[in-house]
Amino acid sequence: MQHKRLVKDKLVRSIMWLSTIFCILLVILIGLALYQKSRSILAMKSLTDLLFSSSWHPLKGEFGFFPFIMGTLWVTCTAVVISVPLSFFTAIYLSEYAPKAVREWAKPVIDLLAGIPSVIYGVWGILVIVPLTKDYIAPFFGKHSAGYSVFAAGIVLAVMIFPVIIHVSIEVFRSVSFELREASWALGATKWQTIKHVVVRKALPGIIAANVLGFTRAFGETMAVLMVAGNVARVPASILDPAYPLPALIANNYGEMLSIPLYDSALLMAALILFVVVLSFSILSRFALVRVERGSE
Amino acid sequence: MLSKKIEENIFKALMITATLIVLLSSVFIIITILIKGLPAMNLDMITKTPKGGYYLGKSGGILNAIVGSLILTGGATLVSIFFSLPVALYANVYADKSSKIVAFSRVSLDVLWGVPSIVYGAFGFTIMLFFGLKASLLGGIITVALLIFPIMSRAMDEVIRMVPQELLNSSYALGATKFETALKVVVRQSLPGILSAVLIAFGRGIGDAASVIFTAGFSDRIPFSLFEPAATLPLAVFFQLGTPFPEVQERAYASALILTIIVFLVSIGSRILIRRYSKHVIK
Repeated sequence: MQHKRLVKDKLVRSIMWLSTIFCILLVILIGLALYQKSRSILAMKSLTDLLFSSSWHPLKGEFGFFPFIMGTLWVTCTAVVISVPLSFFTAIYLSEYAPKAVREWAKPVIDLLAGIPSVIYGVWGILVIVPLTKDYIAPFFGKHSAGYSVFAAGIVLAVMIFPVIIHVSIEVFRSVSFELREASWALGATKWQTIKHVVVRKALPGIIAANVLGFTRAFGETMAVLMVAGNVARVPASILDPAYPLPALIANNYGEMLSIPLYDSALLMAALILFVVVLSFSILSRFALVRVERGSE
Repeated sequence: MLSKKIEENIFKALMITATLIVLLSSVFIIITILIKGLPAMNLDMITKTPKGGYYLGKSGGILNAIVGSLILTGGATLVSIFFSLPVALYANVYADKSSKIVAFSRVSLDVLWGVPSIVYGAFGFTIMLFFGLKASLLGGIITVALLIFPIMSRAMDEVIRMVPQELLNSSYALGATKFETALKVVVRQSLPGILSAVLIAFGRGIGDAASVIFTAGFSDRIPFSLFEPAATLPLAVFFQLGTPFPEVQERAYASALILTIIVFLVSIGSRILIRRYSKHVIK
């Protein structure tokens, strides 16, 4: 009887250990599986050719990712430029200034924003942001735009990454010890001076990490971008031009990818590029966050 | 002296504006979906499957996608529980506090959390090619299970970590093994939190389109076996919106509203559980 319980305990322990190992293996497995599938195209073309050629003609066997990589960068950077200052000020307000009641109201609303599915953001983009871009923003700058553009995708993504950046930033601000603020106030600094010279300086690595997390989220977002970016395989020349980001490329062509040689390999390589970029950025930002937490203890 | 007051006020105004923009944008999204979705809602939408010519504007509904999404995400959530719970229990009950493997698995889960869903879709697709599976309910379940696994594990880890060590120690002192403690003390103590983690993962899974686009396919019928393709709500929204017919686009808005309502119900459910949970925690 006693023996049986111990055996059961041992057995369960090893099952749980295996699941834990599985987490670590899964990261490696995703990388390997995508690499394995990309090998057939990497064997035919050089990596520089794939990354920096603009000629995308799957039927002729030409797979240049450059327009898609640039499309991703344009859209993501637009989103980050819009989202970072707004999220930064919101996070400061909510963690340093806002009365308790406001904070308690704001938190669920921001969580709600985080929970909205990306396809809903896409619908909102098509209904609101695309017409806005086409009818007001583009004419304002004296340009013509179909509305489906880097700008529209950037706005939608900016709203999508608000909750990510704000949530992490607030945690980071909270980790700055209260005594530091008190010391600064005691020296006669105003609240904002304290924030500028003490809180932000102390929290800087964490804030950068929060923004990097937002960047990676925007970088890999698919559905919303696919719906509003316009999907024209050309390097955008301005913010009002359409773009064709990598995730949209993958999602849009799943239908025909098995019928054209090397096409599936090319698309899975696009997924590999996304994976590698996101992996490196999130590891970097996690390390920064861990350092901030250690520093606050 | 004065300039520092002015600066203070300028930045305070900036912050309040920024906060308002952020908060209003979420209200704006919800209102847009409500205004567009409500007029297009009718009973047929949620009780009928698409009939012939549905995507040209003929009658029918999206019951196929509602049921498909619920079965697919439900299945994926179940599968994911069997991986997530052991991970969270191992980290907090079995392993030493200084365990390298646990620290490493937490980093891995954080990294996996950030991996875009389209990459999971592509990965799921390579798994299916390997096993010779076609786009099907099963393929979708596997992929979505992988997608929500890190979310669920991390959320469970957070709640199980809150169980006080003294409680575990008293259980060991009574002669219970770690497994018995994990099952009868830790899981019971954190059950509402665990359920809330399950719901959070479900909510994330049901809203995701990019991961199922290759792996679950789409079908106008309600799937009756694991090997049939299954329709999902986000893709139903996407496809209907992509047609050139205004009547069908209207239905996309109604479908978007249905999806939003489901996601909110799930999110409210998890919030209630968390609140109840924090009330009964033994400290």
